[in-house]
Amino acid sequence: MNLYTAKKPKTEPANGAPKAGPDEPLYAARKKIFPKRAEGRFRRFKWLVMLITLGIYYLTPWIRWDRGPFAPDQAVLVDLANRRFYFFFIEIWPQEFFFVAGLLVMAGFGLFLLTSAVGRAWCGYACPQTVWVDLFLVVERFIEGDRNARMKLDAGPWTFDKVYKRVTKHAIWLLIAIATGGAWIFYFADAPSLAFDFLTGHAAFVAYSTVALLTATTYVLGGLMREQVCIYMCPWPRIQGAMLDDNSLVVTYNDWRGEPRGKHQKKVAADSNAAGDCVDCNACVAVCPMGIDIRDGQQLECITCALCIDACDSVMDKLERPRGLIAYATLNEYESNMALATDNGRIGIEPVRVRKADGAFSDSVRHFNWRIILRPRTLLYMGVWTAVGIGLVVALLSRDRLEVNVLHDRNPQYVLESDGSIRNGYTIRLLNMIPERRTVLLSMMGLAGAEMKIPALTDASDRVFAIPVEPDKVTTLKVFVTLPKGAVGDAREGFSFIAEDRASSEKDVYRANFNTPGAK
Amino acid sequence: MADKHIDDVSGVETTGHEWDGIRELNNPLPRWWLWTFYACIVWALGYMVVYPAVPMLTGATKGLLGYSSRAELAGEMAGAKTAQGAIVEKISASSLPEILADPQMAQFATAAGAAAFKVNCVQCHGSGATGGAGYPNLNDDDWLWGGKAEDIHQTIAHGIRYADDAESRVSEMPAFADILKPEEIREVSAYVVSLTGTPRNPAMVEPGKALFADNCASCHGEDAKGNREFGAPNLADAIWLKVKGEDQIAAQVRQPKHGVMPAWQARLGDATVKELAVYIHSLGGGE
Repeated sequence: MNLYTAKKPKTEPANGAPKAGPDEPLYAARKKIFPKRAEGRFRRFKWLVMLITLGIYYLTPWIRWDRGPFAPDQAVLVDLANRRFYFFFIEIWPQEFFFVAGLLVMAGFGLFLLTSAVGRAWCGYACPQTVWVDLFLVVERFIEGDRNARMKLDAGPWTFDKVYKRVTKHAIWLLIAIATGGAWIFYFADAPSLAFDFLTGHAAFVAYSTVALLTATTYVLGGLMREQVCIYMCPWPRIQGAMLDDNSLVVTYNDWRGEPRGKHQKKVAADSNAAGDCVDCNACVAVCPMGIDIRDGQQLECITCALCIDACDSVMDKLERPRGLIAYATLNEYESNMALATDNGRIGIEPVRVRKADGAFSDSVRHFNWRIILRPRTLLYMGVWTAVGIGLVVALLSRDRLEVNVLHDRNPQYVLESDGSIRNGYTIRLLNMIPERRTVLLSMMGLAGAEMKIPALTDASDRVFAIPVEPDKVTTLKVFVTLPKGAVGDAREGFSFIAEDRASSEKDVYRANFNTPGAK
Repeated sequence: MADKHIDDVSGVETTGHEWDGIRELNNPLPRWWLWTFYACIVWALGYMVVYPAVPMLTGATKGLLGYSSRAELAGEMAGAKTAQGAIVEKISASSLPEILADPQMAQFATAAGAAAFKVNCVQCHGSGATGGAGYPNLNDDDWLWGGKAEDIHQTIAHGIRYADDAESRVSEMPAFADILKPEEIREVSAYVVSLTGTPRNPAMVEPGKALFADNCASCHGEDAKGNREFGAPNLADAIWLKVKGEDQIAAQVRQPKHGVMPAWQARLGDATVKELAVYIHSLGGGE
């Protein structure tokens, strides 16, 4: 059996009725889902993840970070107008965008690593769709009550109470959606002043349209479509299939100990018939936000939120049976235990085969072993992830905050002066990438005898100029380089422009060429 | 149409057409789509009335709004002109040293001058302002009539040897074919070449020097470095405007050619001529 090969549903008629043929509609109507509130360690973990992720999302733009008078004081800011990206002590210019690309590569490999080790953990805990649906469900439960109350309300007539509850619910959902879209724009402008402008109607049109768009997507995807997004719209579950293998942890119903299930297991056990642990209480089905029955085996709908584990564990606790009837398990373990319970598939599941006489599990039953997480596949992902991370840190620590770019005049390529000397023109850009004023020394290396002239600064000629540069800005200068007649050679000559800041001992070199009439 | 036929599988009515047992389902267009389609037709009719639409023999219907893309362009151009109005006016009212001293004006004038140069000047002076035989290179430091911004401005505004402008700079080199003997012309040419290079016959340089002092120095100067009063070129530098080599120098002495540049003040207006002067001055040779 392969992962995601769902077992045949129990409801299929066994009498050889015609299989699903062309008459079966291809469109499946949506089934309404009313997830019950779950309690347990995974639910607690999910609350924590929700608190942290939502906290990061909503609060980050409001963190202040002092960068002096020439740069914004917002800790995380994507300044599109000025083409700067600020992240705490890091400032990124557009040409350094590879840092962001590197972070995305790391995020990708991190996700690969997580998925191959613990399955669809992203889907179950951290995906914004999951987090916001969880949040919306909290509101729904608060207004309309838990599963049974909601089912009753939904089936009931449109009384005043129902209208009131529905309107309240959707109003709160919309408020959350507006807050979600609203928080997004604060990453792109100074948050406090944008908030003031936004509320007083003075913000840019794009701010309002962005909030409107994200409000709509949050409300529709998180409130109305919910599990449909995961099942039909999201490409990630399809990609994840490539990362999972027989050693990945997935939420598994251990039918080798659960079957045969029955509502009256005590009686069955008393009759000395083999009875499984599953009491068919349907608690796992009631809590499932995807509306599936995990006991049908692996299904593409399962986002491994593990709420069914919590639900089942609490039932097992009440029945004083060991937890883990539904548990995180690898396919390898599961199949080994199934083979044990069914004598390699020759017979139906017999609980006695996996138990000792005292009811404890037999020693042959395989349990999860943490060492499985360390295998070539995960080590490879971990290695790539670490390598990219180290590369980024090294690049970040060794990057220069001073750069010189040179554009050589092409028309004219050179100018003959009246004394026979040759002049070339260059447009020089000095990039001062720190929010402080400083003086940059622009000098030449090579091209003996030649001198620079910068008309914007002074009429004098020299080989070194001290150029004041503005904080966090590009300074553009026209520079003329003149080579005396006696020094003009036959070929194009190479030389270097050197920009350096003696105070910070930063230095950037640009290798330029000098055109002469002899150069072909 | 044939009698109604309902498809078994989908429960949808068919069109009644049948090809080898295959029937076409009749799924009519959704209502909303149809209404959108009708709305588009109504919109299109209104559009035809309001905007120019129907082609006639000599043009098209004007439309109730009187819109035309040409008028829209003219409006945008006028808007741009208004937007630049303040600084253009400031440039008009300022002297060239004032413009050069003000970074904002200088930057605007340089950019505007570059644009005007591409339209009006590149035909003779070339897109890089490098000129050609008979057309001066504007990048270098060799100026016939002066390289200060004011000198450049005077040249652009009133032209060179331009008959229609009374203030145009005028000078003329006499044709020495009638004044000097052919042998003397060769000698003076040898002398001029000797100032920057090696003549074919060094023996001709000495007599040439004497002839130069008698006939040429009054305009080109004792040291042959030219005279900007008359636009007399510097003959002792590396730059040759019209001629190259002894024979061509001799030909120029015999029967000189003179360049003509039109006056631009009247055609381009005060501000544009100033902008052009600032741009030329910025090319590297400005004094």
